[in-house]
Amino acid sequence: MDIMPKWVDIIVVPLISLFLAAFLSALLIIAIGESPIAALNLMIEGTLFRSAGWGYMLYYTTNFIFTGLAVSVAFHAALFNIGGEGQAMIGGLGVALVCLFIPWPHWTLAILGASIAAALFGMIWAGLPAYLQAKRGSHIVITTIMFNFIAAGVLNFFLVDVLKPKGSMDPASANFPASSHLPTFQDLASLFGFEEAFRSAPANVSFFIALLACLAVWYLIWRSPLGYEIRALGKSGPAARYAGVRPVKIIMIAMMISGALCGMMAINTTQGESERLILNFTEGAGFIGIAVALMGRSHPFGVLLAALLFGFLYQGGAELALWTKIPRELIVVIQALVILFTGALSLMVRAPLESFFMSLQKAKE
Amino acid sequence: MTKNPAIELRQISKAFGPVQANKDISISVMPGTIHGIIGENGAGKSTLMSILYGFYKADAGEIFVGGEKISIPDSQAAIAAGIGMVFQHFKLVENFSVLENIVLGAESGALLSPSLAKARSELAALAAEYELNVNPDAIIEDIGVGMQQRVEILKALYRKANILILDEPTGVLTPAEADQLFRILRRLREEGKTIILITHKLREIMEITDTVSVMRQGEMTATLKTKDTNPENLAELMVGRKVLLRVDKTPAQPTKSVLEIKDLNMVDDFGVQRLKNINLTVKAGEILGIAGVAGNGQSELLQVLGGYSAAKGTIKLNGSEIDLSTSVAGDGQARRALGIAHVPEDRQREGLIMDFMAWENAVFGYHREKSNQASRFFMDNNAIRKETEEKMKRFDVRPPNPKLTAKNFSGGNQQKIVLAREIERNPDLLLVGQPTRGVDIGAIEFIHQQIVALRDQGKAILLISVELDEILSLSDRVLVMFDGRVMGERLPANTNEKELGLLMAGVSEKVAQ
Repeated sequence: MDIMPKWVDIIVVPLISLFLAAFLSALLIIAIGESPIAALNLMIEGTLFRSAGWGYMLYYTTNFIFTGLAVSVAFHAALFNIGGEGQAMIGGLGVALVCLFIPWPHWTLAILGASIAAALFGMIWAGLPAYLQAKRGSHIVITTIMFNFIAAGVLNFFLVDVLKPKGSMDPASANFPASSHLPTFQDLASLFGFEEAFRSAPANVSFFIALLACLAVWYLIWRSPLGYEIRALGKSGPAARYAGVRPVKIIMIAMMISGALCGMMAINTTQGESERLILNFTEGAGFIGIAVALMGRSHPFGVLLAALLFGFLYQGGAELALWTKIPRELIVVIQALVILFTGALSLMVRAPLESFFMSLQKAKE
Repeated sequence: MTKNPAIELRQISKAFGPVQANKDISISVMPGTIHGIIGENGAGKSTLMSILYGFYKADAGEIFVGGEKISIPDSQAAIAAGIGMVFQHFKLVENFSVLENIVLGAESGALLSPSLAKARSELAALAAEYELNVNPDAIIEDIGVGMQQRVEILKALYRKANILILDEPTGVLTPAEADQLFRILRRLREEGKTIILITHKLREIMEITDTVSVMRQGEMTATLKTKDTNPENLAELMVGRKVLLRVDKTPAQPTKSVLEIKDLNMVDDFGVQRLKNINLTVKAGEILGIAGVAGNGQSELLQVLGGYSAAKGTIKLNGSEIDLSTSVAGDGQARRALGIAHVPEDRQREGLIMDFMAWENAVFGYHREKSNQASRFFMDNNAIRKETEEKMKRFDVRPPNPKLTAKNFSGGNQQKIVLAREIERNPDLLLVGQPTRGVDIGAIEFIHQQIVALRDQGKAILLISVELDEILSLSDRVLVMFDGRVMGERLPANTNEKELGLLMAGVSEKVAQ
């Protein structure tokens, strides 16, 4: 039997990792000369006690859900997709092309079209390294990270040479037509008479698409024969071969689903928030997806929770930067620590817990 | 005056978490004797030997060598105490020469050539003393397995070992090579060395040991003089109940041919030809056994038939030809649909996904079949779980909990999960590789009965095993493979281990007759 109950493995271990990370960050804040308690208060107040704080947090969360799910799907096939950043950038390009050049009558159709374009573009961008891995054995970690740089170059080219309106000095596309703009949480709240709620916060309806994506990924991984094959290949290549699972096909499919999810992040950032395509709109969300997937144990609902947490940290970090001497980069440090504790050092957390539960079992006997 | 035992263990205990791997083990082995330790997989034999060789530290207990209490914190200390170990999987550097391997780790100075010269002369002395002849300049990868084992023994002797521990030494040897090994061991005994032989083969214990200890579930259940016991008795001590060592079966009633293989050739990814002009037929209602030392093409034959290696030639199933051109990787499901079931040689690497639960493994390879689908896109997990639970009960899998992860089952129960999956699909042809490797004796009996029962239902069975006992007792016809070729065919009743052993070693048909 497993030594620890499942809930300990899924909930307690990540929480302890988080507390360890928070503790080390607190030491860091003290070193900077600020009070960690005050900092935590500020983060909580600025994020959870104001509707606009929620609006920002959920905006970040939406990004992290998409990239976290993407990394998770690849993880299940034992593939490490570090290329979320690039796939999201190319996804943004797809969103921009669709929004700029197709006259959408209504935002509901626009979001559908933009989602498909974003997924398709992200899929292609992930498909290239996937093909190199599946057919040529080029390691996916190396190729996806290189494709991030290529994607940045491609985006740059399009923004400077193709999509930039004449006479503009800003490397950005023209604004999307109003009919493709997505309703924000503020728009939704005012429908119900709360005009003041979520004021000027960027969270928008794509959050609900992210929630749907969680559900879809859950079905894919745990309920469909395709997900079964993805997991089988991820756990054991030789066994998958024996069972008649084609590795080339599954590697391609898993990576393309992963890329599609990353690409779809752009409906939040590009169509939902900036309403035009800008440089560096991904802001590292592709990499944060790795932390989210690790912390969420590659399970869609774990990813949702971890994305909420990182959304909170991101928004809280902005508050810190605004009101204290603590730089926003501290949040990156906390993220790094979480990755360190949930990934590389998970045994450090796990081993004492396991021996604790073992002694419990012995006491029972 | 009584002599001190060469090695004595008193009350050794070792636990890994909740598992008590060794519990109050006491053994005493007199110098100049061969002591056997027998037990099923997981009985704690290897743990005990690892403690002796300094890989693990015992939780409690004492070790005496030559009457003196010693502690063995690492393998250097074991070597210093005169203990030498020959592992089941050799620890040799493949592209080094015999001499270099023997010196490795026991160099006498910063310069290599004096060590090598010294080793060369000592090797010659050892070879003369124990009749252990090897060519010191041969490269390890060029010499046979039996020879490599000899190098391992020489390595231990070169380090002045008086006590030699051999862990499952005959697992990779042909019967003739095993005989040779036993001659060497007897010779070592004559010279006063003490030998501890770990094995799960009753026959070897009876053949060579002076005394034998039986282990079961971490405990030493008995220590006996070999001449006072017999295989049935030992088996009973190992398992804890009476077991049937012979397979009960009626003569085969073969009818039409189910599998026909003609001129099958296969070249692997490295350009090595693994199968050379294989021709064979398996009929409905018979078990065709393929004997051979591991690595002579049997695995590749299974892979080609199972649909995950490409090959040239013709394979007919029930008279219709199977398309071999597409089977690069991933034709397994198509083969299953045709009625070929496959119990692979390595259940932990291929047959099961160790991190999957039992119910997920119970449909592995059949997961896209209609009966396992709730709709086009979804699997019917609840139905699969329910069916698995019933299947586990029918095949006596313990515990019959479909939600338990595969790695938490014992070897025998894992194999039963695989067997249940493959047999219950009612295939026309069952491919079985090493059905009882690493399986406890109690489960072996059950697995053999299931295979014979399937044969009696009129199915064709192709059995591959490196255990000659298994081949001889289970098969209705026996083929021997060597170097990718079929060396000959025999009827189990009209042959013996010696004859098959010669064929397995590549001695041609005519000489063998």
